[in-house]
Amino acid sequence: MATVDKSKVPWWVSNLIVPLVNLTLALFVSGLFIFIAGENPYEAVRLIIYGSFGYIEGFAYTLYYTTNFIFTGLAFAVAFHCRLFNIGGEGQAYIGGLGVFLVAINFSFLPVPIVWLLAVGGAVVFGAAWAFIPAYLQATRGSHVVITTIMFNFIAASLMVFLLVDVIRDTSQMGPHTVALPEEQWFPSFEDLAALFGIKIRYSPLNISFLLAIAASFFVWFLVWKTRWGYEMRAVGHNTQAAIYAGISPYKNIIIAMCISGGLAGLLGVNEILGVHHKIVAGFPAGYGFTGIAVALMGRNHPIGIFPAAFLFGILYQGGSEVTFDMPNITRYMFVAVQGVIILFSGALENLFRPQIENFFVNRLNLKAKA
Amino acid sequence: MEFLSDIASLINSTLRISTPLVFAAMAGIFAERSGVIDFSLEGKMLMAAFVAAVGSYFLGNPWLGLLLAIIACVSLSMLHGFASVTYKGDQVVSCVAINILIIGLTTALAAAWFGQAGLTPTLTEDQRFLEVNLPFAESLRDVPILGTIYSDILSGHYIFVYLAYLTVPIVFWVVFKTSFGLRLRAVGENPSAVDTAGINVFAMRYKALAINGVLIAFAGAHLSTAVNANFFREMSAGRGYLALAAMIFGKWHPKTALVACLLFGFTDALQIRLQGVELPAIGEIPVQLIQALPYVLTVVLLAGFVGKAIAPNAIGQPYIKER
Repeated sequence: MATVDKSKVPWWVSNLIVPLVNLTLALFVSGLFIFIAGENPYEAVRLIIYGSFGYIEGFAYTLYYTTNFIFTGLAFAVAFHCRLFNIGGEGQAYIGGLGVFLVAINFSFLPVPIVWLLAVGGAVVFGAAWAFIPAYLQATRGSHVVITTIMFNFIAASLMVFLLVDVIRDTSQMGPHTVALPEEQWFPSFEDLAALFGIKIRYSPLNISFLLAIAASFFVWFLVWKTRWGYEMRAVGHNTQAAIYAGISPYKNIIIAMCISGGLAGLLGVNEILGVHHKIVAGFPAGYGFTGIAVALMGRNHPIGIFPAAFLFGILYQGGSEVTFDMPNITRYMFVAVQGVIILFSGALENLFRPQIENFFVNRLNLKAKA
Repeated sequence: MEFLSDIASLINSTLRISTPLVFAAMAGIFAERSGVIDFSLEGKMLMAAFVAAVGSYFLGNPWLGLLLAIIACVSLSMLHGFASVTYKGDQVVSCVAINILIIGLTTALAAAWFGQAGLTPTLTEDQRFLEVNLPFAESLRDVPILGTIYSDILSGHYIFVYLAYLTVPIVFWVVFKTSFGLRLRAVGENPSAVDTAGINVFAMRYKALAINGVLIAFAGAHLSTAVNANFFREMSAGRGYLALAAMIFGKWHPKTALVACLLFGFTDALQIRLQGVELPAIGEIPVQLIQALPYVLTVVLLAGFVGKAIAPNAIGQPYIKER
């Protein structure tokens, strides 16, 4: 295959056409899986679209999932710019949720907006703290962050179950969860907001955390591309030796990148605890942390790409639950497999057709220029 | 004597629990010595467990299940090679993709085909591997100490346990004493030099990955057709990562990796024994915290109390042939 002059490739080819081709391939393979499981892929697609767009509550659910995926997608992306694979979003989100709950319950004497601010801070600090140890070990001892963050997911799960069973459990109830937060601390839901305008809709978990997710996207964009920190982080990620030569400390940047990443993952706890459950429920991160990897890779680690990617996964999740409802042979795990396929095609195999596609467009543009 | 039998049963379970780790660590050595990162041990182990259980359920023979598991794992290894060797994609991303794909696919297919929540049907005695009793194990049991060692520790394991410990010297011999092993290591250290010597770097890496697939299949089959009689959701439970940590801790050497695997196995065996036991001075440790012990140990070991681990030089970098 001939190499392409990168500068001649229009941005929309490498950032739009190539990802879309990869996504199409991934969805095609996913369709095969649904076929192997004994269901009709075409029918599944119809159900996904109906489930995620067909009625207002369904669409609200889609946006609720989108919120979670924006947080975890951004988390993975920030660390990835420093060439760190933060696979620990799941554990960081879990511990972040603990931070939200502890802050909200202990500062309930303060005015609600201040409690919210503090709780968001709690999520960030707890999430960042959980990412700090793997970061520190990577920076100083070279322990691979993939293994340590995975281990920290397991440890977080054990720790949280321990806390939920033995320490902070709501003893008046059977299940492993805490007491509910006071009702005035709950984030206003989409339902409440719609009611303000006199529109009556049924329950959905969508709440104002969605706005927080958008704010977080702007924050990441600003941080990574517009600040010195972001520049240093990317420099370390791109070429550690050159960065050191330029006087940038990889040690410092690895830790900062991982802590910001962990803090962003922790924000998932805000959506889940202040917005939805209003208490800590065992296993609330429910795989969102892992999905964030797929979201970030599909979105090419840029907030502008992460938003549509998160939305797409929101559609897959919400539409997927419609599918599992109607198709007995499909469980939600099928959509975990779909994520794997998407990571494969838009991450590891992204070079599969890239040269051909780029060549095709560069040649066409050349022809046009000559004509 | 109760103390002695306690120790014997602890060693016995250590050997059993370490088995999948040993296979996985040896598989990891082949991939990583050739310069290909393999975090996908976890996913492949899970795939092998699923395929072995399903295969021997339908075909009625655990060996055929194992064979299918080998085919499945080698295919996954080839997929990893295709993405990261041929197409020079990011090796870690490729592994993460495989792991997530397999967690989803195995559970989803188990649910679709068998209707239970991610379980496969329980295998009958003909469909699974049974414990192997070494000759004279019963009659020698009463011989002091030696009898205990032979009958209670060495005898009565699944075939995979013996195979695993047999694999270690073979891997050592292949990697360090044969010309194939020399090339394998050279490809992981300095691929361009190997290329100059007229050896195909890509072919070497694919071969290493194929061996990796075969070895990891044994780990999965051990879980679902020997120790357990069915597959269940996420049954590999991080063992692939533990094995990888053991391999790194063992500095990519079979012998030291084996020691690390045994250490993990021992911690896990101890963890099971300690559940619900009153310890002097500390009292009963909550189950959830004890269960986290192997994971904590992994982090501690990786932090390297024995010095920094030096990986093969070219690890993680796709080889680009100069033109």
